[in-house]
Parts: sequence; structure tokens; C-alpha cells
Amino acid sequence: MAVSLTRSRAARRKPLSPWFLVREGLYYAVLIVFGIFMMLPFLWSVSTSFKPDDQIFTTPIQWIPTEFTLDQYRSAFETFPFTRYFFNTALIAIGGVVTNLLFGSLAGFAFARLNFPARQALFRALLSSMMIPGVVTLIPTYIILRSWPLFGGNNLLGQGGIGLLNNLAAVVLPGAAGAFAVFMMRQFFLTLPSDLGEAARIDGASEFRIYWEVYLPLCKPALATLGIFTFQAGWNAFLFPLVVLQDPNKSTVQMGLAAFSYSYNTDYGPLMAASVVATLPTILLYLYAQRYFTQGIAFTGNK
Amino acid sequence: MQPGTGITQPSETAAQGGLFGLSRPARKPKPLGESQARTGLVFIAPAMFLFAVFVILPAVTAFYLSFTEYDILRPARWVGLDNYRRLLDDSLFHRGLRNVTLYTAIYVPSMIAVSLLLASALNRKRPGVVFFRAIYYLPVVTSPVAASTVWMWLLNKDFGVVNQLLGTIGINGPAWLANSRTALYAIIIVTLWQGIGGNMIIYLAGLQGVPNELYEAARLDGANAVQTFRDITWPMLRTTTLFVVTVTLIGSFQLFDQAYVMTQGGPGYATLTPVYHIYSTGFERLQMGYASSQAFIVFLVILFVTIIQLRINRENVFV
Repeated sequence: MAVSLTRSRAARRKPLSPWFLVREGLYYAVLIVFGIFMMLPFLWSVSTSFKPDDQIFTTPIQWIPTEFTLDQYRSAFETFPFTRYFFNTALIAIGGVVTNLLFGSLAGFAFARLNFPARQALFRALLSSMMIPGVVTLIPTYIILRSWPLFGGNNLLGQGGIGLLNNLAAVVLPGAAGAFAVFMMRQFFLTLPSDLGEAARIDGASEFRIYWEVYLPLCKPALATLGIFTFQAGWNAFLFPLVVLQDPNKSTVQMGLAAFSYSYNTDYGPLMAASVVATLPTILLYLYAQRYFTQGIAFTGNK
Repeated sequence: MQPGTGITQPSETAAQGGLFGLSRPARKPKPLGESQARTGLVFIAPAMFLFAVFVILPAVTAFYLSFTEYDILRPARWVGLDNYRRLLDDSLFHRGLRNVTLYTAIYVPSMIAVSLLLASALNRKRPGVVFFRAIYYLPVVTSPVAASTVWMWLLNKDFGVVNQLLGTIGINGPAWLANSRTALYAIIIVTLWQGIGGNMIIYLAGLQGVPNELYEAARLDGANAVQTFRDITWPMLRTTTLFVVTVTLIGSFQLFDQAYVMTQGGPGYATLTPVYHIYSTGFERLQMGYASSQAFIVFLVILFVTIIQLRINRENVFV
């Protein structure tokens, strides 16, 4: 885009050029119109969620309610136990973050900095698993979780009970050390100088201390990015929790919202309130730690 | 989330004193390579265990299950190719594949075009571009379920924002989700809205890797914007595009959340998708063997399309 950049620099010397003004005006007009399209669902849902019932179905559109009310939120929380769902989802999302940061950085460190047999082959195998579509492993994973030994009334052979089904751990465990986490951490460890580890090694430090005290503190940006990504994925997951958590008490926010939306599909007030609540944690996280989000996604595309 | 703060390890080791354990009693010297190999295997053990149990084992099991009849309650019964034979006549599965193929054929090219266009527009040093990037990315962090719920209301026939806005310019909007001719297109709009921001950021990172000298040279040669895009930007972004297309393809063939929440596959199966069909066959009707054979076919379709796509892209390298 340097072409347009240098051209505009030339144009800036004569800012009154009408062609320049038209072009710049058009540029921002397109950005703004598209921005409105992207923001529309947020504005509309928030607006609806604070309206009293009689102001929701109106023509023409009334963006700012004449009377603010929290009734829709109250009604949503009374109809469905969203507090409980919130708690379940937070446990799942945070569980995913902790396990992925720990196991991902351990394995990533080993693949980047330690020598062991079949290192390349194992890493390649792990990496290629990212290409397997989730739908292929869905049913077998359900069966494996159901026959997890010694849980949920199962015996040592995994028979007799429901295993890890209806257990929040069932959602966390299959993705507890995602290939993406290992890959991302390995790439980051590779960018850190190996002399640091060598120096500590000569001093007689164990590999674990080298990992934990020398390298890990330098990984904070990568860990933050990975943590945020994992949290977002855990919070927003739908199909897998839907399959393994059949006990309504173990529902996630997304499952609760989907059920709510199915049973009360025209109660737009409470539905919008529930949607706002279901989206709020990831939105706040995004606003708070924006650059980690974009760094993470930029990384995925340019490996 | 501060990583690692919940674990007491650092303070314990610090209490033993000395950086890198210098003050520890001397240990028996071990060959460095051997102990490193052992540590390495211990470090990868959790990840490799989960990989074996939740990737390798399911992949093998999926293939086996597709030749069986299995309802969880009774042991799996080998039925040979029966499931695949049944698939040949399963009109709902065919409908799902057709729907998702149409969806992909529109979704993937639109995704590439719009996200690349936005990335190019925002890859300039102008006031406000950072703000617009943030706005365009916002839908990516929302959940598909919440987004679907909100869009159901936006697309409401009489009171939804979309039709009210269309009304102001004299267009009588359809009942988007209740009409079998528009429902799939509504889902395309919703998923594009949610997916564009992520690919835009990937393209922005790709654009920043294109050397400026190329554009300088093009400018000196008098190339116009279209030529510059065609001969520099597009070829330089080939690997980025390859990545975006592959990931988007794999995702779009597995469309589920939006179809489940917004339309339940309807009206009249207009938005039924293979993953939705697999979900209801496997988990609502408990025909897990038959559902596995469907999943396997979906896998083959994705593999086939991905390979064709890679082939086309490789040929382009030599053009």
C-alpha cells in the first residue's frame, strides 16, 4: 500500500486538491458504513436488553429507550439459572487455560530446547493432528470419556457407569494440552537465546529449573496470548459441552442460552439480556488485553 | 490470568537458596545427554498422553465404529459396509452435504475478498485505522450461540433492524430465517460477520511482511492500483491465503452452532448440515456407528477439497 501512501504524502502538500478530499472522504465513508454493520448487533442487543416490554416491538426503530429498566435481566436470570451456568463455564474456561499454559509450555520447551529420541517425528505427528476435523473425533471422544476407568461409577475396565460424562473435566481434558498450545510455545521458546539455558546448565541447574526460572518468566507475552485464546475458546465452546454434559446442572452459559433461545424464541427482551451476559466476559477481556488477541491471531496465520 | 502464580514451586526452590541451585549439595555427575533425554520425555509426557488418548485413539476408533452398529447400551456389532450402503440412500445426509457445499462455495470466496479488502484498507498510516481494526475484530470474540441469538432478533421479519432499515429504502425484507430460500443466506451473513475480523488481522500481518521496495519499484514503473494488487500484493500473500482458505474450508464444512440455534436445520431442511445430522443421528437417536460413517465421509470430503485447493495453489506458483 506504499503506492497510495507516497501518493497521499505528495497530495498532502497541496491539501486543497479536490480529488484528494473526495478520495479520503470516500475511504472513511466506507470504513464507517462497514463499522456500523459490524456494530449493529451489539448496539441492537444492548438497546433491547434495557427496554421495557412495550418498547421492544416498535416501528420505527427506537434506539434509546425512554425508560431504562433491568427487568429483562431479572427475567432472564429468573427463568434460567444463568449464575450457575456462569460458574460452570468459568471453571471450564479457566481449567483449560491453566492446563494448556502448563502442559503446552512444558512440551513446547522440550521440543524447542531439549534433545530426546524421536523429537522431530513426535512434534510433526502432534502438529499434523491440527488438520483432523473435530467432527471425526466427536463420537469416539464421547465414548472414551464415557468409559473412563474409575470415574462416574465405572470399574477399572471403564464399565458400569457414565465415566467422565456430566463432569466438567470431560470438557477440559481432551483439549488440556492442545496441539496449538504446544506449537505456539515451542515457536516462542525458539526465539529466546539458548545461551541462557547453557549458563544455568553449567551452574548445575536441573532442566526443570531452567524451564521454570530462566525461560518461563521470559514467556509472559506468549503465555498471555495463549491464555486469552484458550479462555475465549473455552468460554464460547458449544457442540462438545452439549454432547458430554447432559445434566442440566452442569450446563454452560452457551448451552443455557441455546436452550433459552429455543424455548422462548420470541421473548427478545430476556434473550438479549442473556446474550449480553453470555458475551460480556470475552468482550471485557478483549477490551482489556486487545493487543494479545491480535498478536495471537496474527501468529496463527504466519507460521 | 497470571500464568503460574498459583503454583508454589518458585518460592520453594528460592528457599533452598542460590541462583540455579549453586548452593545445593553436589550431585553425582550424569551424562548430560541422557538426563536431558529423560527430562524431555517427562516434559512432553502429559501432552503426548492426551494426544494418544484424545486424537490417535479416537481417529482409529472412528474408522472402526463406522463399520459397526453401536447404541452405547449394547456392545458394537460388526456390520461391514451396511452403514455406507445406507448412506447412499440417506436423502437427509445428501441434503446436508449439498447445503454445506453451497454455503462453502459462497462463504469462503466472500471471506477472502472482504477480509483482504479490509486489511488492505486498514494497512495505511491514517488516523483512526487502529480504531476500525478494533471494531471489525469485536465480533470474533463473541460466542456463536450469542451471536446467533442476537441475529435472530436482527433478522426478525416485522420488527428486526435489518428489515426496518431495508424498509426505509423501500425494500420489503423477507422473513429471513423462516423462509427456506433465504435461511442459508442469512447464516452466511451471520458467519461472515463473525469471521471476517480474524482473517483481516491475519492478512494485515501478511501485508506487513511484503517488502516496501516492491511497491516503490511498481510505482516507478507506473503501475496502477489494480496492477499493483494483482502483480505484487496477491502473489506475495499466497501462503497467507493458503492458510486462510484451508482453515476456513475445514470450519465451513463443519457448520453447526448457527444452524442449531437459529433454524434447527430448517425450514424444510434448508439449513441442515452434515455435523447437525451427525449430532442428531449419534446423540439423539444413538446410532453411533451410522453417525461415524457420516463423519468419515465428511472427513473425506474436507480432505478432498483441501487437496484440490492446495493443488490449484501450487500450480499458480509456476504461472
